[in-house]
Amino acid sequence: MLKLDDVLITEAGFSLAADWEAPEGGIMALIGPSGAGKSTLLAVISGFLAPDRGRVLWRGQDLTGLPPGGRPVSILFQDNNLFPHLGVAQNVGLGLRPDLRLSDADRRAIADVLATVGLSGAGDRKPGSLSGGQQSRVALARVLVSGRPLVLMDEPFAALGPAQRREMLALARQVLAAKGQTLVLVTHDPQEARAADRVVVVADGVASAPIASEPAFANPSPALAAYLGEAGQN
Amino acid sequence: MARRAVAIAQPRWPGTAVAVLVLALFGGALAAVALAARAPVTLGAGDWAAIRFTLVQAALSSGLSVLLAVPVARALARRRFLGRGALITLLGAPFILPVIVAILGLLAIFGRGGLVNAVLVWAGLPPVSIYGLHGVVLAHVFFNLPLSVRLILLGWQSIPAERFRLAASLNAPVWRHLERPMLGQILPGIALVVFLICLTSFAVALTLGGGPRATTIELAIYQALRFDFDLGKAALLAAIQFGILAALWLASARFAVAQSFGLSLDRPVQWPLRDRLVTRLMDAAWIGLAALFLLAPLGVILVRGAPALAGLPAPVWEAAARSLAVALGSTALAVPLALALALRGGRVAALAASLPLAASTLVLGTGLFILMRPFVNPTTWALSVTALVNACMGLPFAYRALAPEVAQIRARHGRLAETLAMPAGARLRWLWLPRLRRPLGFAAGMIAALSMGDLGVIALFSANGQETLPMAMYNLMGAYRMQAAGGAALLLLGLSLGLFWAFDRGGRGRAEA
Repeated sequence: MLKLDDVLITEAGFSLAADWEAPEGGIMALIGPSGAGKSTLLAVISGFLAPDRGRVLWRGQDLTGLPPGGRPVSILFQDNNLFPHLGVAQNVGLGLRPDLRLSDADRRAIADVLATVGLSGAGDRKPGSLSGGQQSRVALARVLVSGRPLVLMDEPFAALGPAQRREMLALARQVLAAKGQTLVLVTHDPQEARAADRVVVVADGVASAPIASEPAFANPSPALAAYLGEAGQN
Repeated sequence: MARRAVAIAQPRWPGTAVAVLVLALFGGALAAVALAARAPVTLGAGDWAAIRFTLVQAALSSGLSVLLAVPVARALARRRFLGRGALITLLGAPFILPVIVAILGLLAIFGRGGLVNAVLVWAGLPPVSIYGLHGVVLAHVFFNLPLSVRLILLGWQSIPAERFRLAASLNAPVWRHLERPMLGQILPGIALVVFLICLTSFAVALTLGGGPRATTIELAIYQALRFDFDLGKAALLAAIQFGILAALWLASARFAVAQSFGLSLDRPVQWPLRDRLVTRLMDAAWIGLAALFLLAPLGVILVRGAPALAGLPAPVWEAAARSLAVALGSTALAVPLALALALRGGRVAALAASLPLAASTLVLGTGLFILMRPFVNPTTWALSVTALVNACMGLPFAYRALAPEVAQIRARHGRLAETLAMPAGARLRWLWLPRLRRPLGFAAGMIAALSMGDLGVIALFSANGQETLPMAMYNLMGAYRMQAAGGAALLLLGLSLGLFWAFDRGGRGRAEA
C-alpha cells in the first residue's frame, strides 16, 4: 500500500497537499491541468523532492528520509531514461546490478527481459540507433528487471504518437502487472486515465484521494469536471 | 519551500582534498619563500618601475588586442570565404603555442635582421628594435589578438539572425542598434581577461624585455631569485602581483565573459545586408592583415626550421625527450585533479581552480625547492617540480573545460543515476568518464601542450643535463646559434601541437550519441 500521510509541498507560488492511501497493483493515473503538481508529486514519492511536511510510506515503511536510489521505486522521466553511451543490454543491466558487474545469469535475465518487450537480439545496440518506441521498450525492460514494486511514469511516452503511446501503455500494464508491480502514471489524456484502474485528480493545490476510474468519470468531481471541460474545449 | 534532493551525490571529498592540496601548495610555497628571507625587505626604485611597467604594458597590450580584434571579428562574422573555418581554428592555436617559438618567429619578422627591417633599410629608413616596451606589447598582441577575436566573434553570434533581418527590414543602422550595444557589453570583460593574462607574463619579458625600463614583476621575481637570491624580495613581489590579480579577478566577476572553450565558431552570422564594395574590401583587408600577422611568424619557423631539423645536436633531442616526459607527467597529474575539482564543484573548487592564475609560477617553484631541500637534493628533482608546477598552472584551463560539461551531464542524467542507485565507482566508470571523454581529451591536450612549451620554473633551476626543450632553445638563441634554435623551435612546435592533437583526437573517439 502507498500512503501519503499529510504531505504538503510548497514552492514559490505553488503548494500541493495530499493525504490518502492507495492499494497495491494495477494502474493509478494522476490527471489534472499543467502546473498543478503531478510531476511534483512523483518527485516527492521518488525522493527527488523532500516535502515540507508529512511522510511517504510504502507497505508501512517510511520512505521520507531515503534517497531516490534507496526506495522501492522505479521512475521513468519524460526524457533521458537511457544512458546514450551505453548499450541496450548495459542500460537494462543497470536495473539489475547498478554497478554493472553482470554475471552470466544476469546476462541471460537481460536477454529474457529484452525478448519480453520485443527487442530480442538488440542488446549490443546503442539507444541512438533505436526508434523512440524501441527506446521506451528498453527503459521498460530496465524497470521490469529491477523488480522494484512501485513504478512511477512521468509521461515517458509523451514524445510518441497516439497509437504507439497506447501500445506502450498496454505493454507496461501487461508486463508489469504480471510481476505484480504497481504503476502510477501522469497523464493529460482523459482516455488514458479512463483506462487506468484508479484516478487521482491533481488540481487547485490538492491531490485528491484515488477512486476507481469508472465511477470517477461517470460522476466527475468539480475539479475533474473543470479539467475535462477545459480539455473538451481544446 | 520544498527541498531539492541533490542530483548525483558524487562524493565530494576527493574534490575537497584536491582543493585543500592546491591551496596548501600555493600558500605553503609562498610562506616558505617569505620565511626564508634573511633581511628585512625594501622595494627599490627598480621594483617600483617593474610594477609600473607591468601595468603599463598590460594595459597597452589588452587595449591594442581588443581594439584591433573588433574589426577583424566583425569581418569574420559577416563574410564567408574558403578557409574561413580553418582560419578560425587557427585563431585558437596561439593559446597552445610555445611562447619561445612565437618569439623566435616574431624576431624573424620584426627583429634586427628581420623582414620588416630589411624593407625599412632598403627604403632608406632607420631600422626599428623589437626589444623593450613595444616588443613586449607586440608579442602580447600576437598571442591575445586571436583570443580576443574568438571571444568577440562569440558576441556577434549571440545576436539572433532575426534581429539582423528585422533591422534590415526597418532600414535601421545595425551598428548603432545591435553591434555597438553588444560590444559595450562584452568588451570590458574581454579586455580585463587579456590584461590579466599579460600581467603575469614571464617568457615574453625575459626574451624581449629586461633592463630597468622593461621588466615585469614576474621577471623581477626571476632576477631576485636567480641573481640576487633575495627570497624576501621575491616573496614580496609575488604577494604584490597576487594582490593586483586577485583584486582584478574579483572585479571581473562583474563582467560576463563568454567561454570560448570547445565552442563551435564555424557558423557565420546570417548577414542580410548588401554591403558596398568599400566595406567588403575593408573586411578583406582586416582578415588578410590579421592572418598575415599571425601566419608569417609561424611560416618563418617552418621554412627556417625544416632544414635544421635533421642536423639538430643530440642534446636538443635529449631535451625534447625530457620535455615530453614532463608534459605527460603534468598531464597525468593535472587531469585527475581537475576532474575531482569539477565533479565536486562549488566555491571551494572554483577558488582552487582560479588561484593558479593569480599566483607566481616562479615563487611556487622556489617554495617547493625550499620545502624539499631538507629532505632531498632539489636540483635532481628539477624536472619533477617543473611537472608539478605545470600541472598546477594547467588546472584552471582544464577545470574550465570540464565544469560546464559536468553541469550539463548532471542536469541530463543525474536523476537517472540517482534513481538507479549506481555506486560512486560505477558512476565514475559508466557515466562520468564516458560522457566526459571529449572535454577530458581537450583538457589533457591543453595541459600537455602548455607544459611542453613552458619556459618558467625550469629557467630558474635547470642545471646541466636537465634542460627542457624550451630551455635548450632559449640557450641556443642566447648563444646566437639561430639555425639550431630554428630547428629546435620547429621540433617544439610540432611536439606541442602534436600532443594537443593526439589527446583531443583521443577524446573524440568513435562518434557516439
